[in-house]
Amino acid sequence: MLAYTIYLSFAGALMLAFLPRAWNAGARFFALAIALAGLILALLGFIAGSGQSTVAVADLAWVPSMGIHYTLAADGISRVLVLLTGLAAVAGVLFSWNIGTKDGDRANEFFAFFLALIGGVYGVFLSVDLFLLFVFYEIAIVPKYFLIAIWGSTRREYGAMKLALYSFAGSAMVLIGLLAAYAVAGSHTMNLHELAQYPFPVSFQMWAFPLVFTGFAILAGMWPFHTWAPTGHVAAPTAASMLLAGVVMKLGAYGCLRVAMALFPHGLDPWGVSFLGIDSWRTVFALFAVIGIIYGAAVALVQNDFKFVIGYSSVSHMGLVLLGLLTLTQIGIDGAVLQMFSHGILAGLLFATVGRIVYERTHTRDLAQLSRLQLGKAMPFAAWLFVIAGMASMGLPGFSGFVAEVQVLVGAWQAFPWFAVVAGVGIVVGVAYTWRAMQRAFFSEAWAHDPSAPIPEYEPITWAEKAGVFLLAGTSLLIGLYPRLLLDAITPAVQALPHALLTGGHQ
Amino acid sequence: MMPLLTVLTLIPAFAALIALFAGNRASVARGVAFIAALASLALSVWVWLGIGSAGSDGSMKFVEHASWVPALGIEYHLGVDALGALMLLLSAIVSLMAIAASRKITHQPGLYFALILLLESGLFGTFTALNFFHWFLFWELSLIPAFFLIKLWGGEGRGRAATQFFVYTMVGSVALLLAFLALFVSTNSMDFETLARLAATGELTTAIQAHLGPISLWLALAVVLGFAVKVPLMPFHTWLPATYAKAPTPVTMLLTGAMSKMGVYGLLRLALPIFGRELAEVRTPLLILATLTVVAGAWAAVVQRDLKRVFAYSSINHLGYCLLAIFAVALPSSPNSATSLSQTIALDGVALQMFNHGLTAAAIFWFLTMLEERSGGQLHIDGFGGLRKPAPVFCGLMGIALFSSLGLPGLNGFVSEFLIFRGVFPLSWVPATISVLGLLITAAVILTVIQRVFNGPLAERWKDFPDLTTGERLAVAPVLVLMLVLGLAPQLVMGSINATVMHLIAGWKF
Repeated sequence: MLAYTIYLSFAGALMLAFLPRAWNAGARFFALAIALAGLILALLGFIAGSGQSTVAVADLAWVPSMGIHYTLAADGISRVLVLLTGLAAVAGVLFSWNIGTKDGDRANEFFAFFLALIGGVYGVFLSVDLFLLFVFYEIAIVPKYFLIAIWGSTRREYGAMKLALYSFAGSAMVLIGLLAAYAVAGSHTMNLHELAQYPFPVSFQMWAFPLVFTGFAILAGMWPFHTWAPTGHVAAPTAASMLLAGVVMKLGAYGCLRVAMALFPHGLDPWGVSFLGIDSWRTVFALFAVIGIIYGAAVALVQNDFKFVIGYSSVSHMGLVLLGLLTLTQIGIDGAVLQMFSHGILAGLLFATVGRIVYERTHTRDLAQLSRLQLGKAMPFAAWLFVIAGMASMGLPGFSGFVAEVQVLVGAWQAFPWFAVVAGVGIVVGVAYTWRAMQRAFFSEAWAHDPSAPIPEYEPITWAEKAGVFLLAGTSLLIGLYPRLLLDAITPAVQALPHALLTGGHQ
Repeated sequence: MMPLLTVLTLIPAFAALIALFAGNRASVARGVAFIAALASLALSVWVWLGIGSAGSDGSMKFVEHASWVPALGIEYHLGVDALGALMLLLSAIVSLMAIAASRKITHQPGLYFALILLLESGLFGTFTALNFFHWFLFWELSLIPAFFLIKLWGGEGRGRAATQFFVYTMVGSVALLLAFLALFVSTNSMDFETLARLAATGELTTAIQAHLGPISLWLALAVVLGFAVKVPLMPFHTWLPATYAKAPTPVTMLLTGAMSKMGVYGLLRLALPIFGRELAEVRTPLLILATLTVVAGAWAAVVQRDLKRVFAYSSINHLGYCLLAIFAVALPSSPNSATSLSQTIALDGVALQMFNHGLTAAAIFWFLTMLEERSGGQLHIDGFGGLRKPAPVFCGLMGIALFSSLGLPGLNGFVSEFLIFRGVFPLSWVPATISVLGLLITAAVILTVIQRVFNGPLAERWKDFPDLTTGERLAVAPVLVLMLVLGLAPQLVMGSINATVMHLIAGWKF
């Protein structure tokens, strides 16, 4: 059943490409129907798979002579992320409802690229064959480029090119590592589960692990390779920003866990030498993750472009994901996966608020200009929405982000107590930048001296926007209040990871 | 059995939704809020009476237990002892007072009363939760309505004050969160009672040592920091004066009357039982800070000119006595019967002082609201004079609240401060002696206010200063009567409190 999420998205993309250009409204509804169908399939697959560890989805020989199979399967982690992709896809279409309202928007092409990207993402989360995973991973990069380069805004060519180059550089590193692993393991299988059983020599793992991990972590926005993320997010059209931050960055984190860590667990072992307390690749990357948490938050604190604030906040939140993974504890990895889901939902919501609801009406993202527009009064819906999304994003209890953060921090306490404290500081900075942006954009008192100034009027919030908002905000609240909905799927899947990945608390 | 505490917490939350739909119809929103607050008050009185009649072993009553996220040690675990029930009662009374005082809200009244009710719900949740996660949820959630009440209805400069309030408290919250996650890592539990039990047997320190190294002192300090910001303990008080002064006055009633008690309550419920040993190690510096809070808080009130700021600092001073007693009780060696008696008396005083200060401070700010409504928003201490001629009832009734704050025998404030000093003196006489200065300075502050505002020559423009209406008199009367009753017959509440305090102390063994 889950496999049809992939086929449906690609088929939808293909059909959209052949739709007549002028038929914009039809393209929108068609894309929404495909995205909704994907979400329903993802949800059904999620429910059907509950209680089971790994559900085989498809298995066909593809290039048997090279051991390449078309193998799809879904464990709890995959199911959660597929569900996230479905949600992000539906929300993305809803927040792109204004595409095609102007001449030359080419709605059918836009949604074709959009669905192709979604199809690739579904594919990555479901692939078990490494070759297949890599193919889907590459497929996801191309539509991203076009979405930004054609429909983007601020410095879109630059942003698109930077993102594509970073992505390809990461892919190249991943590819080298994977081919080496394939060769070392005897060149007869690309199946992740089979390769994970192979005892790769520790010396091999010691160089393959950092290579593949970094390759994937680039896409996850790991400091210091994060710079594509803010520029890319800002340049992208809203739906693409939502997908980039919401699911594409998760591809990176997913690859880090599923491929780099699961194949080369001994790459995380101590080197035997220690320099300034850094004694393994694990500490190196954990350090990068914590720097990302603090750095992303600190940079978000001084941005004047509203979208850059959200862009850098993604770097900070993804740092939390990577930190959670590297704790090598059950609870930390649980938290990292939950944080992937949570951040996917919340980043989508924030980008939708800033990029679609506010920017499309005010045509500015400059916080200083926004502060003069009385948006708190002129757009109360947007103001309250940002308050709720901001609170969820800063990790207030009751929303999904809090449960995820708590788990990551618990894991970090077990593995790297100091990093837990530093991450705590990052959370405080997170509160500060969210509050600053909220104050300046919506509740500024710059106009308070002249209460008689007219409140500008903007076009009303559309049904599509409202539907998208309730979908995302409701999910975050639901998971925040009852995290077991997802944790019951994530926990057994994490338990099934190679044993070496769950030893972090007892070093 | 009916889940009474859940119902109590949900009443204001549901009423908040209804009030929200009232939109701009002020009387509807206020009516809804009033009825909900009355119902909550009735229910919390019922809880209080239930505590009193359920035998006097001081343990948790009205307990509710349900599984929530077992993997994370998260449970839905509620219960109250006399301390919790007293705080419920206080929250309900202060919320009702704040709603009664909010007569002049014209801007988005539906939202205003919804936020007040949410804040009340947050208070109830905080004072009944016995699991960290659940407690933290309400601790944080109560911040949000408070923030928006300040932000949207406050005076000039409110944006800055609201942000300062929020960010300061969040720093404390994150410190608390990190510390309790460390406890969870060490013990696999987030349950207050379990953690306190482990702490009493000494297993907690061993577990922390085994899992995380010798950091239990740091964890204790992080927890104290979280509460110190909220109460506040000097030097973590800098957010408070601006916040209290910029917030709409009825909201200040809630902030000082009920929310500041969340910090003191946290110290009693979490910090002392779980980190008693560690607090004993740093008892001297903490006592110095508490003494500083008492004396400097009072002194800062002397030099303020804005009446709201005067009483903001006076609040710092009054809660300083609570801090003094709590830190004095954290003794390094196991107590003999004499010190144990002093500890009990001191903590009895703390519980009573929390209630009394909440009642008195809320009453004073209520009177300030009425003063503000009559003076067109101005509250400068030198801006009045001679008010007792045109408004004798106003001055007389506010005088009762002021004298209660001063600690005049016969009124409620005296009893609790007396108990605190009686308890602290044998435990730690130097800070107690110095803190007496705080009493003197407070007396000077209160008398100055009375002199400047009520006495002296009557300014021309206040000649027609309207006195309290009958409605206002009737509204404030119950509060003033309660002050008198508690001052003359404190044993009405002391029995239950004493049982709970003895139960707490018996469980600590530090």
